[in-house]
Amino acid sequence: MSLEGQHPVNLNTLYQQVILDHYKKPRNKGELLVDPVFGKHLHNPTCGDDIEVTVNLDAEGKIEDVKWNGRGCSISMASASMMSIALRGKTPNEAKSMMTAFYGMMKGEAGTYKSLGELQALSGVSKFPVRIKCATLAWHCVEEGMKEREEIDNKGGSANG
Amino acid sequence: MTLDVARIRQDFPILHQEMNGHPLVYLDNAATTQKPRQVIQALVDYYEGYNANVHRGIHTLAERATEGFEGARVKIARFIGSPTPEQVVFTRNGSEGLNIVAYGWARRRLGPGDVIITSGMEHHSNLIPWQQTALATGATLKFIDLDQDGTLNQESYDRLLSEGGVKLVAFSVASNVLGTINPVTDMVAKAHAAGAKVALDAVQAVPHMPVDVKAWDADFISVAGHKMLGPTGTGFLWGKMDLLEEMEPTYFGGSMISEVHLSGAKWADVPAKFEAGTPNIADFIAFGAAVDYLSAIGMENVYKHEKALTEYAWQKLHAIEGMRTFGPRQPRAGLISFDVEGIHPHDMSAVLNEYGVAIRVGHHCAQPLMEILDVPATNRASFYIYNTMEEVDRLVDALLHAKEFFGYVA
Repeated sequence: MSLEGQHPVNLNTLYQQVILDHYKKPRNKGELLVDPVFGKHLHNPTCGDDIEVTVNLDAEGKIEDVKWNGRGCSISMASASMMSIALRGKTPNEAKSMMTAFYGMMKGEAGTYKSLGELQALSGVSKFPVRIKCATLAWHCVEEGMKEREEIDNKGGSANG
Repeated sequence: MTLDVARIRQDFPILHQEMNGHPLVYLDNAATTQKPRQVIQALVDYYEGYNANVHRGIHTLAERATEGFEGARVKIARFIGSPTPEQVVFTRNGSEGLNIVAYGWARRRLGPGDVIITSGMEHHSNLIPWQQTALATGATLKFIDLDQDGTLNQESYDRLLSEGGVKLVAFSVASNVLGTINPVTDMVAKAHAAGAKVALDAVQAVPHMPVDVKAWDADFISVAGHKMLGPTGTGFLWGKMDLLEEMEPTYFGGSMISEVHLSGAKWADVPAKFEAGTPNIADFIAFGAAVDYLSAIGMENVYKHEKALTEYAWQKLHAIEGMRTFGPRQPRAGLISFDVEGIHPHDMSAVLNEYGVAIRVGHHCAQPLMEILDVPATNRASFYIYNTMEEVDRLVDALLHAKEFFGYVA
């Protein structure tokens, strides 16, 4: 049953069906990867959202698997779920580009966000400033986890898989 | 109900607006209340008619401003049963009053081995000043156990007192999350018997029920004016006179002195000693108007009205599947925190807002309590004199819409 039209217009802008779908059936959520290449656990104390993301790379250095867990509102959970699918198969640099695009979309910057695929469903969040930090929490996990990995690799001098 | 709510609502211009196509239902009164025309008019009257600095000038405007400002103190003192107006020290908000106690009294008297007792249900304003006091003095902070029903375990309190060394007990009269009304007179008496002083956070109590500070017998009481129809930037610390007199001020500068030399200074009498600098004069005069407004209604009536609303809301909310409320059913302050299974409070608030219903969601400045309750956040509906049963129905309808929207068919 479609609820479109039965609810205030603003609600359908913020909560597109794909978001509600990911919220109710989150993908790649639950068990985290054991000994991941990188990962990060972040908490947003103002709303209590809490997300941990773990990432593995394959032999070519592409993102092979993203597993996450956490609790929070539908926006933060749906964003993490969609992100976990979108990042798969991307190189770390491609992932960074995607991250930049996503943050741009959240800030409401003009531009085309086709490369974000179904993540574009979250574009309505930019009109609800207090919810932006919900949508970006999982992405900050990847961003910071990746950065920490790079720092370790740079110090150690050995490029880790 | 004994309140003429329809008439009261006429005094609140802000309530007569639509929010997203629906009449506004304002249920965030524990955060701040709306202001009646009489309070807003007091601000206008001051700025249009007698704006001048207080306690200084000899001219007529200055006299009128001082009279209005000190008149507010007299009204507030009468409102809470204070033996003298001087025991009402003006502050900006509830937090400031407790900080004045922390800096001016606790930090100068506590040391290693001394104990401060507080609880896990406190607003950050009644926790962090004591955490910082403990850090600065080497005193120990102990917490009264919280029972499942959201009340303070009195045996735990007795035990902490009996362990000795207790110099200060700080707790809220009414919890801003659980709604719990603590047994104040009992707890104060026990603290005094153990040789401790008591600081009360009465921010969620004084706006909602008849209060006689003499009956409470606490040593310090902090209250916020903006949660009782007054402007933001107003509040007060009430204290026992001997303690206020022996305390050191927290802020130094203009107005708070009696005598100044290049080599040093002597402080003014209470309360001027604690009120350095030019205050927000108009706001305190308007706070006085707010107290007039509440006095005219009668605080017993305010309490009964909120109790009826809260009890009605409690029944309606509990008829919703997946509903969990926090804190005891009665006695409780005029607020209910709740969680609806499967719907995060932020999502809930977003949906309610689209139906014109304003509630507070989040941690309510009580993060340790969220940890104890093991929830990331809660929804909170809080009531005041202008709220109606119909508005409770609107809240419940909007909650049902939210459940449907997120796919939980009732």
